[in-house]
Amino acid sequence: MVTDRTWKVGGEQGEGIDSTGEILAKVLNRKGYYIFAYRHFMSLIKGGHTNYKIRVKDRPVHYHGDSLDILLAFDQLSIEANWHELHNESIVIYDSSKKEMHPLEGKSPIMAPIPLTSFAKELGNEIIKNMVACGASAAALGLRPEDFDSVIEDLFAKKGDSVIELNRQALRKGFDYYQKEFAHSYPLPEAKGKNLYLVSGNEMSGLGSLLGGCRYLAAYPITPATEIMYWMLHHLPKFGGRVVQMEDEIAACIMAIGANYAGVRAATSTSGPGLSLMMEALGLAGISETPLVIFDVQRGGPGTGLPTKTEQSDLNEMLYGSHGEIPRIVLIPSTIEECLDFAFHAFDLAEKYQCPVIVGSDLFLGMSKKSSDSLNLTPYRVEKRHIISQDDLDRLEKGVFKRYNLDAPDGISPRSIPGQRNGRYVALSNEHDEVGVEIEDSSLRKAMFDKRMRKLHGFDFGERSVEYIGEEDVDLLLIGFGSVRNQMEEAVEVINRSGEKAAVLIVKVLKPFPTDRVKRYLTHARRILVVENNGTGQFADLLNQQIGLHGKLELLLKYDGNPYTMKEILDAVRDREGVLNR
Amino acid sequence: MSQTEVTMKDFRVEERPTWCPGCGDYTVLAALQKAVANLQLKPEEVVLSTGIGCSGKLSQHFGSYGFHGLHGRSLPIAQGVKIANHKLTVIAAGGDGDGYGIGMGHFIHAMRRNVDITYIVMDNNIYGLTTGQTSPTSAKGFKSKTTPAGAAEDPIRPLHLALAQGASFVAQAFSGDVKEMTEIFEAAIKHKGFALVNAFSPCVTFNKINTYDWFKEKLVKLKDKEDYKPKSHIEALRYIDQYASLVTGIIYRQEGRKAYHEEIMGASEIPPVDADLMISEEEKIKLLSPYQ
Repeated sequence: MVTDRTWKVGGEQGEGIDSTGEILAKVLNRKGYYIFAYRHFMSLIKGGHTNYKIRVKDRPVHYHGDSLDILLAFDQLSIEANWHELHNESIVIYDSSKKEMHPLEGKSPIMAPIPLTSFAKELGNEIIKNMVACGASAAALGLRPEDFDSVIEDLFAKKGDSVIELNRQALRKGFDYYQKEFAHSYPLPEAKGKNLYLVSGNEMSGLGSLLGGCRYLAAYPITPATEIMYWMLHHLPKFGGRVVQMEDEIAACIMAIGANYAGVRAATSTSGPGLSLMMEALGLAGISETPLVIFDVQRGGPGTGLPTKTEQSDLNEMLYGSHGEIPRIVLIPSTIEECLDFAFHAFDLAEKYQCPVIVGSDLFLGMSKKSSDSLNLTPYRVEKRHIISQDDLDRLEKGVFKRYNLDAPDGISPRSIPGQRNGRYVALSNEHDEVGVEIEDSSLRKAMFDKRMRKLHGFDFGERSVEYIGEEDVDLLLIGFGSVRNQMEEAVEVINRSGEKAAVLIVKVLKPFPTDRVKRYLTHARRILVVENNGTGQFADLLNQQIGLHGKLELLLKYDGNPYTMKEILDAVRDREGVLNR
Repeated sequence: MSQTEVTMKDFRVEERPTWCPGCGDYTVLAALQKAVANLQLKPEEVVLSTGIGCSGKLSQHFGSYGFHGLHGRSLPIAQGVKIANHKLTVIAAGGDGDGYGIGMGHFIHAMRRNVDITYIVMDNNIYGLTTGQTSPTSAKGFKSKTTPAGAAEDPIRPLHLALAQGASFVAQAFSGDVKEMTEIFEAAIKHKGFALVNAFSPCVTFNKINTYDWFKEKLVKLKDKEDYKPKSHIEALRYIDQYASLVTGIIYRQEGRKAYHEEIMGASEIPPVDADLMISEEEKIKLLSPYQ
């Protein structure tokens, strides 16, 4: 019984690799196959190597897999760059119009040469080689050409019937040729999904924001976060919102603060370099007690770092960045669905606690797509705004509204917005008194500081704080945050099948740290392996700081720009390969 | 609410300013209070966003909603407020260091967008609050603690920049003339689009060069130039070149241009702050359908 199948298309950036992958992904998703799609790309417009990998499973899948069954190579570099994933039964469909293409040494996958470019030229358009290649892939995967009909129709509807027909012909050409010339094909796992939606983390961050009441985004384009901006541009205006492309991330973050101050739920989206530019603004939101939501889609750092590669190295900046001390909430989704859920809740939390909320995903989670069968949007509705009512303001004596009222027991003093009568105040980035006049008085400073920090005392995001996957009593606990969850979860399934007992613990609220919720799992585990996608073990340090496990943690790090493979985690578990002690 | 007349008093607060006696910023505050009262604006419908420095304290002493934010960042706040709720009157203010030094990028881009805000730069040609350092508008050769041998740089020319970048309203005022400053502020606030008012506001403590007397001697009133019409870029540039930028009055005004909140995608009478946050189940299904 086939349960797992992988396919990848590779070629030069700019020759339609992404769209080739997208077409097949969409076809599979519509037919009810659970898929996960991962994009590998470079920071250039033409040339280099890019690829798009799809993994198909008979159940929901969250990671693109270590190995590769079918490689569709448009150039020799694609064979070379992906050779390590191939096995002896893999099929390599390649463009034999190019003379230089050949297999490498060491293993012998089935080579399937097809003159993709020549066929496309015969059909009158070289671009259409991607559709010829889709046809060949369909044959190799046991799909029928008709399976592509609705996707082709949707894709080229605007271009007219002749273009649709041309694409069908191209598809059929590749399909027929493959069927005639090559015996090998790989059946797909059973399509068990219903109502599948093929979505990325970035898209779900956008959707969650809209549902959470976000009606304003100020941002500066940056890989890999720009897709959030695109999503917002496409949708917010239709729901009364606005999106502004600012001159830099300093302006973007501060504009989002200004918009929040005015009463709209506003956010900014960025990646590491932009987050660094937002550090002063983060403190401004903290001290002025203005709601703010920041999406940080992490990439390889520091400096410009690896703009198109994944990493989890902004954790410390999210937790501690900005001078001075402020209350803040740091949420780290670990799945594409959680990107939606956490984005939704971020806006309510920011407004309720009047502080910045950072939602930190990463390139792997943000730009990968999966078939989701659990997107039920019904529960996502804005129940309540946390803004003082005009009636409450009218009841106050004129001119005595204390925006920063020190008597608020939980530190959360009601917030007015411009336009409301008798709610006048000055939001201040200077230390201030209760109405918003700057002060330097020691006791008032201390009281105001304590008021702000008090807001998050006892903060608990409930069951969303951590997730434990596995039996209670285990030999091995894998612990991490964010997207590494997906490979850890699969690694643990393999370990458990071999008779050992392992579990996964994912921490999703990184600040305020859910110490008690994490501690109970850590004290039980006999062996603890921390897995994180960075080079210094920022999360392990946090665990030591919060739980005090010094010397007991084993640590696996990866900072080469790529997501973990399952094998890397299994090797660390079984042979302690690459494992550090912390 | 009753139609009682708005007066300057409505824009006063109890807290006394901490500016030095004689500081030009007192005049800016008074002129602004008078201008908004003359325009009959309600205090709750005005937002003043300020930067950091002596000038930044303006919002604390002005009886509207205020945001006293970060150094150089009064404009991103002000634009965010205006776009979020274009029904508000939004004013940004700061000093020459704030606006033309650390905040210069925002200045240029705000003009490019033509966001409907008034930007008052309280220009004293020096960093005052930090006890007297050379600023972006200090003259070449200006001596201070940071340029003991005299400034090596040419000063920023804010009026030229504003004209070159297509600001739809450019004016200059002087704290030595509260009446004219009030008129200019009124015109700037009434103008639809980005309005720059560079307001010479002398620092009586640290700037011994650009004093009230110095300005009084040099400043030329455009009002007195009967032939001057603030309608042409070229004419405006010629004038400010001729008088080394030492003029007061409305230098340029472009009527009829749309403001940013009318141009931006999704522009509507209803500002985002009033958007309905309810999304129907039907709409939710539509939101998901492209992903099938």
